[in-house]
Amino acid sequence: MKLLLKDGTIFEGKSFGAAFDAAGEVVFNTGMVGYPESLTDPSYAGQILVLTYPLVGNYGVPSFAKASKGKPDSPFESNKVQIAGLVVSEYSEKYSHRQAKQSLSEWLKKSGVPAMTGVDTRALTKRLREHGVLLGELVHSGKPKGFVDPNEENLVARVNPKRKKVYKGGKTRIIAVDCGMKENIVRSLVARGATVIRVPWDYDFNKEKYDGLLLSNGPGDPTMCSKTIENIRTAMKKNKPILGVCLGNQLLALAAGASTYKLKYGHRSQNQPCLDISSRRCYITSQNHGYAVDGKSLPTGWEEWFVNANDGSNEGIRHKSKPWRSAQFHPEASPGPTDTAWIFDEFIASLKK
Amino acid sequence: MIMKKPKKVLILGSGGLKIGQAGEFDYSGSQAIKALKEEGVKVVLINPNIATIQTDEKLADTVYFLPLTEHFATQVIKKERPDSILLSFGGQTALNLGLALEKGGVLKKYKVRVLGTPVSTIRDTEDRDFFVRRLKEIGVSTPRSHAASNIRNALKAAEEIGYPVMVRAGFALGGEGSGVVRDAKTLAEKLKEVFRSTPQVLIEEYVGGWKEIEYEVVRDRADNCITVCNMENIDPMGIHTGESMVVAPSQTLTNEEYHRLREIAIRVVRHLGVVGECNIQYALHPKTGDYRVIEVNARLSRSSALASKATGYPLAFVAAKLALGYTLPELKNSVTQTTTACFEPALDYLVLKLPRWDLTKFEHAAPRIGTEMKSVGEVMAVGRSFEEVLQKALRMLATPLDKKYLTGQVGAYLEEIKHPTTNRLFAIFGALRKNVSVKKLHALSGIDPWFLEKMKNIVKFEQALSRRRLDSAALRKAKQLGFSDVQIATSKHSTPDKIRALRKKYGVLPAIKQIDTLAGEFPAKTNYLYLTYHGEEHDVVPAKRSAVVLGSGPYAIGSSVEFDWSGVQALQTLSERKYQTIMVNYNPETVSTDYDMSDRLYFEELSLERVLDIIEFERPKGVVVSTGGQIPNNLALPLHRHGARIFGTHPTNIDRAENRHTFSKLLDKLNVDQPPWAELRTLPSALKAAERIGYPVLVRPSYVLSGAAMSVAINRESLAKYLKRATDVSPEHPVVISKFIENAREIEIDGVAAKGKLMVYAITEHIENAGTHSGDATVVLPPQRTYLETIRRAKDITKQIIRKLKITGPFNIQFIAKDNRLQVIECNVRASRSFPFVSKVTGYNFIDIATRAMLGENVAGRYRTLDLDHIAVKSPQFSYGRIKGADPTSRVEMASTGEVACFGDTFGEALLKSMMAAGFRLPKSRRSGRDPDRASRASGNNILLSIGGEESKLKLLASVETLAGMGFRIHATENTADFFAEHGITCDKVWKISSKREPSVLHLIENGKVDLIVNIPTRAFERENTDGFMIRRKAVDMNIPLITNRQLAEAFVTALAEQRGNGLKTKSWAEYRAVV
Repeated sequence: MKLLLKDGTIFEGKSFGAAFDAAGEVVFNTGMVGYPESLTDPSYAGQILVLTYPLVGNYGVPSFAKASKGKPDSPFESNKVQIAGLVVSEYSEKYSHRQAKQSLSEWLKKSGVPAMTGVDTRALTKRLREHGVLLGELVHSGKPKGFVDPNEENLVARVNPKRKKVYKGGKTRIIAVDCGMKENIVRSLVARGATVIRVPWDYDFNKEKYDGLLLSNGPGDPTMCSKTIENIRTAMKKNKPILGVCLGNQLLALAAGASTYKLKYGHRSQNQPCLDISSRRCYITSQNHGYAVDGKSLPTGWEEWFVNANDGSNEGIRHKSKPWRSAQFHPEASPGPTDTAWIFDEFIASLKK
Repeated sequence: MIMKKPKKVLILGSGGLKIGQAGEFDYSGSQAIKALKEEGVKVVLINPNIATIQTDEKLADTVYFLPLTEHFATQVIKKERPDSILLSFGGQTALNLGLALEKGGVLKKYKVRVLGTPVSTIRDTEDRDFFVRRLKEIGVSTPRSHAASNIRNALKAAEEIGYPVMVRAGFALGGEGSGVVRDAKTLAEKLKEVFRSTPQVLIEEYVGGWKEIEYEVVRDRADNCITVCNMENIDPMGIHTGESMVVAPSQTLTNEEYHRLREIAIRVVRHLGVVGECNIQYALHPKTGDYRVIEVNARLSRSSALASKATGYPLAFVAAKLALGYTLPELKNSVTQTTTACFEPALDYLVLKLPRWDLTKFEHAAPRIGTEMKSVGEVMAVGRSFEEVLQKALRMLATPLDKKYLTGQVGAYLEEIKHPTTNRLFAIFGALRKNVSVKKLHALSGIDPWFLEKMKNIVKFEQALSRRRLDSAALRKAKQLGFSDVQIATSKHSTPDKIRALRKKYGVLPAIKQIDTLAGEFPAKTNYLYLTYHGEEHDVVPAKRSAVVLGSGPYAIGSSVEFDWSGVQALQTLSERKYQTIMVNYNPETVSTDYDMSDRLYFEELSLERVLDIIEFERPKGVVVSTGGQIPNNLALPLHRHGARIFGTHPTNIDRAENRHTFSKLLDKLNVDQPPWAELRTLPSALKAAERIGYPVLVRPSYVLSGAAMSVAINRESLAKYLKRATDVSPEHPVVISKFIENAREIEIDGVAAKGKLMVYAITEHIENAGTHSGDATVVLPPQRTYLETIRRAKDITKQIIRKLKITGPFNIQFIAKDNRLQVIECNVRASRSFPFVSKVTGYNFIDIATRAMLGENVAGRYRTLDLDHIAVKSPQFSYGRIKGADPTSRVEMASTGEVACFGDTFGEALLKSMMAAGFRLPKSRRSGRDPDRASRASGNNILLSIGGEESKLKLLASVETLAGMGFRIHATENTADFFAEHGITCDKVWKISSKREPSVLHLIENGKVDLIVNIPTRAFERENTDGFMIRRKAVDMNIPLITNRQLAEAFVTALAEQRGNGLKTKSWAEYRAVV
């Protein structure tokens, strides 16, 4: 099969996924572990994912425990494979792990997601780095159907749940606005004793009773979520604590009046160093985003919380006096390092006050 | 950075290379020196390893070639008054010495601050009880363990922990009595025995078979903490990580496991308070996911060197900066030069490390591998599939495959897999070829099926290849699975050249990829490269006006840090001459593979195929093959034949020197004497030739380094026995039998020639007589006992040989001198092991001169190398303590793993210092004035003599008189005691073991009161009676200084007498040279 890029480049390889064609935005992730987590991350909706680590599938795929009795899905980040397609250098035919129940190939086939192996993923990655993200199409045989830019669609509306859902925990009530939320955000909050009320992206949560507001991660261009941004602006009048994660960082910034822009090729990895501006402490973070907040556009009263130690881009914002803050990276990790889990601790602590 | 910057820092090196502590500390030390000097900090270094790059003139400000003992370190501190000290860059040797200096109050007294990880943290990691307690404080698990002093308590402890348990007996037994016990009944039985000889045992949770995972962690003083690399040992717990196949990053861990262990690593390192670099090792249960922390090494280690080379992250350099007070975000990633050092490398390739053993060099050594390290070196392969790195790594070992792993029996394979030996991997391949299932192999070896499946892929393809048509797809597949052209050619009954041509026709070519630390996310500025068949495009374009230097390959006995030194010097000279330098090497323990030593580093195989791949791409101006020892030297002619330009001596002339026939004819033509010899291919002809030459004879294969399979045969039987071994080693090459000359002296000339003319030379002399391998000999420069006439003649012969071979570049000629006869025994048209020694002692960098000569520069000059005002002695460093059962006596086969050298104003001073630097403790006599080393044992003054043969006894008479005169109490075995008594020297007689009478020699040694054992075998090369072996082995196991050579014993006693009360001076290298 083939991967066609919009700049005319063609990469050939062997199929190990579903026998479908798929179009989307081609992005790369440099993490060395965690393909089941990445593949189910709703933020990848509409994207053809290139994994730079060459060996994929080594430990198979664990069994999928469907959400039950108000518990989050486990151990994945959502209930299905979210990516449009997968490209790797070498798919590992044989897998070995105590938790593995099926091979990656079987899982992708069942999920209807195409995948290609035998690609010089480093060459592909360098192309994406130099040109910026490109549209691409995975074609098995026959004629290509044409490129599709997923960012022109409201991807959030595509991936987010249609109904409200409550995860019972303690007294502290958190509204989690699900724009394509990773399950581990829910797990992280529930594990810290909170009751999580998970609502769709356009749900008017201002009529709900809650102690804190969480704005989740999600795919695509944040400006598509104008309804969410409006709801956040309304919520701000209540002065309740707000925590944004990833897309949530961009939504909070937009609600505050700042602007966002599209990065050349995004941050998708588990080794992004983020500097806390006030403490000068540097954290290794897990990331998956193509858009970023323009730190310079922050209005009075707001400041940058974190910046990327490599390229200086914004990695988090906070209000100088009100309990509102957000991180561009993923404190819930999964996949990736757990160094910034303290952000949830602090958020929960601020609600209990 | 807020901390006050130090002005002068003392760095402790690691001394001679030994098993468990090798060249990796030259890498860490030299990186630390660079990091400090960049900050304007003055650096003082103590390291007697003269062959290191860290002891080069260009690095530390002041270098002391002195023993790494408390005494000498204190003297240096007193003299230099450094304000700070670094302990974590010289391995366990430096760490232990640092702890001793701190404990003894020396650091406090002279106000020396320990930089980096505090001493209290080091103690917490070194002391088992502290360690377990500290980790418990933060809820981190270590293997459960209870001490018990009776059977009842031991059984209770075992019950609590759960079977199987690990029983560890007291240290005195040297590990005897330790082992795995699976049930209470066996434990009770075993303990009955064990408690007879030891008062206490440890009952430990058994973690054998768990996955062994390591992380390299970096932390700064502001508490930023990162893990630079994780590594998975393919061999599970139970095999020392130094003996294991190790892959980076981990291959069989999920995100949850990877990041759980990572989080624990960071928690532990923060709690302990490490500042700089450390390594943490885990056992991870393959079925439950449960973990235990096994240990934390709060210093740079072999694993950190590997991690550094595997990721491109300069761990030692960063650790040194952090020790100075920098924080991680303040430092830059040296590879990209734009991103921060506070990040975790993302690999888009994988690396595999395989250990390199050399146990065949030791007679009696058990080939079993386990919890003790025995390997002498390692190789690292980089690639983009496991099959690719595995096959690369196997070839990199440069050890011929024993045929029994191709044609053997399944039963034998399975036995070797279950009870692992150094050949376990070959046995696994052997078993896979016989269709043994992965499941079974996993059950026997504990190796994760994922790895075994990959091995099976190789075997399956190998079997299919012979039947399959070699089309483009098959070729590509073969190359992606790591098969070399040689392997493919063998399978297809073709030649490597034909396969190469076919590949080119089909366009099956490797791609050159960069190791950039960020998996392509940011552009890299440095060129750290590897080749892979899992790629379509190159990351780089050819360098302009480049020159290639071929490295030395793995450290092994006979090929060590000396060749790394030479390679690095060549790089430096080429770089000064404005060449874009290209290094090819695959040894992760080296400085030559550092990111800042060359313009381009190919972490690649030193095979004809791979070097041609590189040369065809880079089109360099030339290739240096003469600085990396025998591996690159052997490539000279094949490379030349494939059109590569070789710098220096013409490859056909290199071959003339290597080929015994042509070289011998050349000597005959020059009328130069050589021991009679014959080259033979069959056993009967060999036996016949030996009769003609006359026993004893020396047997060896044609192409040798470090006397591989070299032996002395004293009669027909022993010749037949040795021949079998020799031919096993080198099937393509016939054996050579030559006259073994006894009681002769050896001298060597190391030098540089240009267009057949001698430019500079140094003549060294061995203290030991011929029969001790030159790598195991104690070497003196300038010579002390050689007549000027002999020197003149040696030089004359040298000039003739050089002229005939038209040598341009480095060379080494070895002579044997007996009576007034001078014979040539070997000529190497390349840098020898002693080049760093002669360069540093004479003050002329022989490799720099040689490199310039090879570039065609005029290097003629007046070099003063004979009439020096100082004397230097080089001593071998042995690792017998690690090789259980090996006979610690030097033979024609090289056995030392490293070397050290010290300077002195007199021969005696240099000799004593040098021996001490190799770990020898001076015996303390009752009447001696000062104690040269406080660390030496307090009691003292007992010397044990056991001297074989009338001649040796007679010759040592004067020395023994001297010792007696110095007030030593002399103990001697039966015959030796009788002999000296007859000559008026009172000895306490002890009985040989075979006599079964008390007081026995064994009893005396085990008492621990003997300070020195002199045991001279009757004939070094003869298989000795067991008494001598037992005495020598016991000496090693009890860590008692041992001398087994008569000439060395004489020299030592003379030196000891001469130095008595004189003190051994603490002078820097510069101070010795200043006199010149």
